[in-house]
Amino acid sequence: MSQAKVPAWVNIALIPFLNIMLAFLVSGLVILAIGENPIEAASYLIYGAFGYDEGVGYTLYYATNLIFTGLAVSVAFKGGLFNIGGEGQAYIGGLGVGLVCLALDKTMPFYVIAPLAIIGAGVFGAAWAYVPAYLQARRGSHIVITTIMFNFIASSLMVYLIVNWLKEDGRMAPNSRTFEENAWLPYLHEFLSPLGIDIGDSPLNFAFVIALICCVLVWALLWHTRWGYQLRTLGTNPTAAKYAGIDTSKVTIWAMLISGGLAGFVGLNEIMGVNHSLLLNFTAGYGFAGIAVSLMGRNHPVGIIMAAILFGALYQGGAELAFEIPTITPEIVVVIQGLVILFSGALEHMFKDRIEGFFIRRSVA
Amino acid sequence: MFETLILMLDATMRVSTPLIFAALAGLYSERAGIVDIGLEGKILGSAFAAAAAASVFDSAWIGLCFGITASVALAMIHGFACITHRGDHIVSGVAINTIVAGLTVTLSMYWFGMGGQTPTLSGDARFLSITLPFADALADVPVLGLIYSELLSGHNILVYLAFAMVPMTYWVIYKTRFGLRLRAVGENPHAVDTAGISVAFIRYRALIICGILCGIAGAYLSTAHNAGFLKDMSAGKGYMALAALIFGKWRPVPVLLACLLFGFLDAVAVRMQGVVIPGIGEVPVQAIEVLPYVLTVLLLAGFIGKAIGPKAVGRPYVKERA
Repeated sequence: MSQAKVPAWVNIALIPFLNIMLAFLVSGLVILAIGENPIEAASYLIYGAFGYDEGVGYTLYYATNLIFTGLAVSVAFKGGLFNIGGEGQAYIGGLGVGLVCLALDKTMPFYVIAPLAIIGAGVFGAAWAYVPAYLQARRGSHIVITTIMFNFIASSLMVYLIVNWLKEDGRMAPNSRTFEENAWLPYLHEFLSPLGIDIGDSPLNFAFVIALICCVLVWALLWHTRWGYQLRTLGTNPTAAKYAGIDTSKVTIWAMLISGGLAGFVGLNEIMGVNHSLLLNFTAGYGFAGIAVSLMGRNHPVGIIMAAILFGALYQGGAELAFEIPTITPEIVVVIQGLVILFSGALEHMFKDRIEGFFIRRSVA
Repeated sequence: MFETLILMLDATMRVSTPLIFAALAGLYSERAGIVDIGLEGKILGSAFAAAAAASVFDSAWIGLCFGITASVALAMIHGFACITHRGDHIVSGVAINTIVAGLTVTLSMYWFGMGGQTPTLSGDARFLSITLPFADALADVPVLGLIYSELLSGHNILVYLAFAMVPMTYWVIYKTRFGLRLRAVGENPHAVDTAGISVAFIRYRALIICGILCGIAGAYLSTAHNAGFLKDMSAGKGYMALAALIFGKWRPVPVLLACLLFGFLDAVAVRMQGVVIPGIGEVPVQAIEVLPYVLTVLLLAGFIGKAIGPKAVGRPYVKERA
């Protein structure tokens, strides 16, 4: 089947749209099955996500995490690597942020802490991706399995560190002390309300801006540098990449380092932006949600921003929905997320081949 | 000391049981060439279905049937995506795990309204321990008596079934025609196709067996090991079974040993909580908890032996066209 004859909008817009609609349809059936009205549920969801100022702020705050993990998954994916370890890399990235803040917040001003925290998040996240990357590149062990194992190792490591070393003295709760205010990322509502834009008291913070910058950087890196070309070649045809003289193991390792670093930035939003202390399980499944985001966003930064906002809206709207209709739990959002992964990932060929076939026949006729 | 050891081995058997079922499930699937990281989701789905049905019908056996049905249905979704539509095995597995994690909580809230739990099961709704004949009478015999009455006796039927499944799997995989074809499909599907045997049908059958075994693992968790379903109760057991499968190099007996090792580490971790070892100090529980994962990574890295999986695993089979 030649790709050339299929109009571009079919692959970019029509097929993702059909997939997401199918996911929503099945989710609607689930809601119908538990005796609620899917249309009513959808309207609460949309209102919760976009209907009022604070809701929008929350939607974008959730989207921030999803942009980071979505980019992380897609950078690896462009090189033909499945980084399922975003969860662990984000967790350890948060550790990096937390350590910088805890060490410096009493002595240093914000403009010293912030860059160091960004570096901390990136380096810690990347370091956690390095071992699986090295093992994949040099010793041939499968990256999916090793990154899954590293998620569990990260989880145990964090419990150990927080409970035994970082916990606030004399307190039962397993989290570190709250950082001084000069180690907090500024909330965006502090900047936006003078401009007349109101996002309520939402936790949307400067990390969102960092996420958008990351999108631009990833776009430039993947499509406008020699390294990005090498990465995409590796992902499309590893054998060709090798014959073209590309050092595939080096590209593999760097792809995973960048991927891990991006996942680690979740720590900026969660630890430095919102919680202001190091705590357990702040990643809350964003690493896995990144897979859905990158699949829906077709591994392109613009698509990822759109998909992240859509999923952010589901998170925020889902909370609103659960409040309005108590029989529906916020976990319904997880179901929708899973269905999106199923339809736009695992079952992508179900429609694609037929629709492409249709357009090819039409262009031939 | 000896008694402590026996009690720890006894705990090992109970903890290992779901791992054994799930790892053998993964064995059937992966030997047939289908990567299954959806073990976790299938266990969780079955645990919920089994507990829900057991509490409604007040029968553990009916619960088990529902658990198996749910798990096989999920396995068929995996098959539909991976075999029929040549989708990515990993993505499909992630999708199943995610859907189940959300759906179990949603449905249990709707049916039972107890914050994502099912009602506590008791009596016939649970698989209860079986006392082997003469266990009480022989308990006083030194050494052997303790082994028999504590270690071997007093488990529920699913524990014994798990251990029986290992020689059974060995027989199916290595001694039957189906097993030969299953292995061939995982190594070289083209050869199987050339011999006039349907690759897809063999893979679907492998996934059905995989679903049944994961179903038993889930039912064990919620109706035998615990008395009801809790949110996210599979707690990574599916992934650990996957690790055991790799650690056992995709062969039934080594897989059993890997499951027992991981189960034993779990029992040790529980036992070591707060224990101070002279000269070393208190060993953090987390250090023992991560050992299965660390060991598997080391194995994969080629530092302890070499893990080589089925050759065609994870690759969709496409018939060559002229």
